[in-house]
Amino acid sequence: MSEKNNVTMQEKDLQKVSSKQKVGKIFVMIALYAFLILMALIIIFPFYWMLISSVKTIDEYKLPVPTLFPRKILLSNYVDAFNTAKLGTLFVNTLYVGLVSTILSLVITVISAFAFARLEFKGRNALFAALLATMMIPGELFTITNYITVNAFGWMHTFTVLIVPFLVSVFYIYLLRQNFLQIPNELYLAAKVDGTSDLKYLWKVMIPLSLPTLISITILKMMGAWNSYVWPRLVANDEAHRLITNGLRNAFTDSTGEVNIPVQMAAVAIVSFPLFMVFIFLRKYIMKGVSRSGIKG
Amino acid sequence: MKVVLQNLTKIFPSRNKKGEEVVAVNDFTFTIPDGKLIGLLGPSGCGKSTTLYMISGLQKPSGGQIFFGDDDVTELSAENRGVGLVFQNYALYPHMTVKQNIMFPLQNLKGEDKLTKTEMIERAYTAAKLVQIDDLMDRKPSELSGGQQQRVAIARALVKMPKVLLLDEPLSNLDARLRLQTREEIRRIQKETGITTIFVTHDQEEAMSISDMIVVMKLGVVQQTGKPQDVYDDPVNLFVAKFLGTPPINVFNGKVADGKLYIGDAAVLDTPGVADQEVTVGIRPEGFILDDNGPLVCKLSGIEVMGRDVSVVSTHEASLNPVIRSIINADNKIAAGETVSYSLKAHKVMIFSKEDESRIYF
Repeated sequence: MSEKNNVTMQEKDLQKVSSKQKVGKIFVMIALYAFLILMALIIIFPFYWMLISSVKTIDEYKLPVPTLFPRKILLSNYVDAFNTAKLGTLFVNTLYVGLVSTILSLVITVISAFAFARLEFKGRNALFAALLATMMIPGELFTITNYITVNAFGWMHTFTVLIVPFLVSVFYIYLLRQNFLQIPNELYLAAKVDGTSDLKYLWKVMIPLSLPTLISITILKMMGAWNSYVWPRLVANDEAHRLITNGLRNAFTDSTGEVNIPVQMAAVAIVSFPLFMVFIFLRKYIMKGVSRSGIKG
Repeated sequence: MKVVLQNLTKIFPSRNKKGEEVVAVNDFTFTIPDGKLIGLLGPSGCGKSTTLYMISGLQKPSGGQIFFGDDDVTELSAENRGVGLVFQNYALYPHMTVKQNIMFPLQNLKGEDKLTKTEMIERAYTAAKLVQIDDLMDRKPSELSGGQQQRVAIARALVKMPKVLLLDEPLSNLDARLRLQTREEIRRIQKETGITTIFVTHDQEEAMSISDMIVVMKLGVVQQTGKPQDVYDDPVNLFVAKFLGTPPINVFNGKVADGKLYIGDAAVLDTPGVADQEVTVGIRPEGFILDDNGPLVCKLSGIEVMGRDVSVVSTHEASLNPVIRSIINADNKIAAGETVSYSLKAHKVMIFSKEDESRIYF
């Protein structure tokens, strides 16, 4: 009799515990999602604001109490934006500078990271330390010396001046070198025994294994080119070489000095779109990562 | 392909200026006959892996020569030697499938040896069939078990038909059961291909069980080479005697006086022709015979049943090991008591000099 009671008691307890556990889990999930949704709203709101502003009339935009949804959707803002700002030229310029500087930068980064991670040469560590030390100096300090240098080279108002000074990034080299160092030495030795040249090993093994890092570097570099403002404004702010951020800054002021914000917002939306797409598309690659479990021990 | 090592030496320079150089391999001379399986055996840090890397060409010897057949390959770089190397951690390329991994060495062949894509795939499948992984060709290494990864590594080493196959601790990452199975497998593959194979291990059982010959090394110096059974039965010094055998050899303090070997006060064996001296005595676990009137009386501390045999654990004040282990056929009934008495099989008893641990024959 007492045994039977014991068993049922135990079952009851188990049920209690499991239902308690379920409630706890649900509560945690609700809290978690509430937090995530709140955060998502905070992130999304500026984009939403940009999009609705870009289709408002200028009068509606100026209302003392802003409307959360435009009364009249004015798509002509986009056409205006494209025409007044000469967005086409700006796009082409920026794309050109972005692509060329990203590709060259990747080549330089990969080769130097390989040298610092894999090749044995005298003074390797000292040289790397010296490179790292340059990271301590804030970029703003370079601006004036860089300006004087490029001016002396006669590079003002060219694409070269927008590309060359920022080709070498110590940070990217450091990032990729660390990644290269994590690739086990045995893979290199195995490739050596099979007669693989350094360059082929780099291309066939190291680059595929570091792809997530390389993609991150590409995105960062592209975004950097797309967003750069101060330097292009200083050295190449002429019509032919102007990049997109500077173009947007100036294009929408009318003769009275008033800025047509809805049209500017439309331009901003157009400009943000490619970057947005790139990010959404490449995010998968970053998340994916390359499994390293071929190596045990 | 016969492999000849002649006075092979490797000295690593010291890390700082004051430090001492490390002699990893010292004056290693040995001929590996064609088509044999050789086990390089020794505790960690004895230079066995360095020897393997020198044979592969990944490390340059500081002195001495290496011959493959009659060709001096000492100066040849790794890729021109035609060796296959299997690493302890397999070193598979994680982003390639099994097929791509196995084909990788073939893609580097140049000139006359260059293969078409179909030939490569054919060769890869032949190698994969040999190690029985031809049904896993489209998997990534991360989707394989340790034993399967090991096979892929062996297939990758075999696919270019190497003159010499080198295996660095091939079984150390596998569990006990798989280890047993894989070592049979390595033996079979070696027999089937007839490729001269050298493998490195610190596990004496592994080396003894599949090698045609073993090389026992210690601190860069070769101690003894020979067929596993010969080295086990007839070790040249105390180190080799201790290193080979499970359970390990039992070691005692002893002395030789008037042509007799004493352990403690008991004269256990006649050793004619040996000068009177203090010695170290080694007795293999299977060298003990239960004998109520036997001269060696030990304190009994336990009996471990292993089925076919029993292992008698006892102690003796002259023993240099914490316990003495003897292996006795289970048919013998052991009387439970305070003590156990043994007489000894003369050929399982070895005596070693106290000075340099070398064997004293009698």
